[in-house]
Amino acid sequence: MSQQPRRRRLEVEDSGDVAVVHFVDKKILDEQNIQMIGDDLFRLVEELGRRKILLNFGNVEFLSSAALGKLITMNRKVQGVRGKLVLCNISKEIREVFEITKLDKLFTILPDEAAALQTF
Amino acid sequence: MAHRLSQDVDLETSPSMTDTGRQTVIQSDLDAARLVQEEIEGVVRHAFEEQEAFAIKMAVEEALVNAIKHGNQMDPDKIVRVVYDLNKERFDVRITDEGPGFNPEDVPDPTAPENLERPCGRGLLLIRYYMSSVSFTDDGRTIVMHKLRNGK
Repeated sequence: MSQQPRRRRLEVEDSGDVAVVHFVDKKILDEQNIQMIGDDLFRLVEELGRRKILLNFGNVEFLSSAALGKLITMNRKVQGVRGKLVLCNISKEIREVFEITKLDKLFTILPDEAAALQTF
Repeated sequence: MAHRLSQDVDLETSPSMTDTGRQTVIQSDLDAARLVQEEIEGVVRHAFEEQEAFAIKMAVEEALVNAIKHGNQMDPDKIVRVVYDLNKERFDVRITDEGPGFNPEDVPDPTAPENLERPCGRGLLLIRYYMSSVSFTDDGRTIVMHKLRNGK
């Protein structure tokens, strides 16, 4: 296994008490990368105690089913602390991936950040 | 671990491919898979519309990860063989691993309510959705996929 340098994969900013997360990568692929993105997401809930989390996919052009797995686990963790996870700004192609897998029924998905922030 | 990528022009193992087909053999290494993925992306980007190129990229990604993780179980002594061909009508790709094989019918439906929250098992569903045809040979060790241009 080659070692990937530890680099920032998420940009987190606060909008009130909502943690708004932007993905740095255009492609969310690759086991190690997805693992680290997952760890960073989980840390928001488990270590930083965030309860309201908005994931903005505006920068994301491609993601694989392995990334979906992390989002599902993240959703479960947020629900476990009675928090709320919302997804927004998802491209047409990636939105279709959520629809095919029926994960659009599991996640709350809003068209843009402003609309998504209203739901918290 | 080197991401060794050996190009091989011997298409004996893939008689249905034309001589324009390319064969690449990689180790069971996800970084090596990334290089194959980028190579194929470069080939299809100019030949297919954006949406179809996305579809091929998705299917190849999922099939490569399946071959390396579930087929070869990341065993560095096992290889994955990728053969692909592009012509005017279609893109063909076949990916073979050296694992124990599997029966695609044994994979549970990931969209069933009881499976919806399982973190794994969506790759095959996406492959089937995005490609024009998908079949398995060699007890599931080889996946054969086609994508027709301008239509599914």
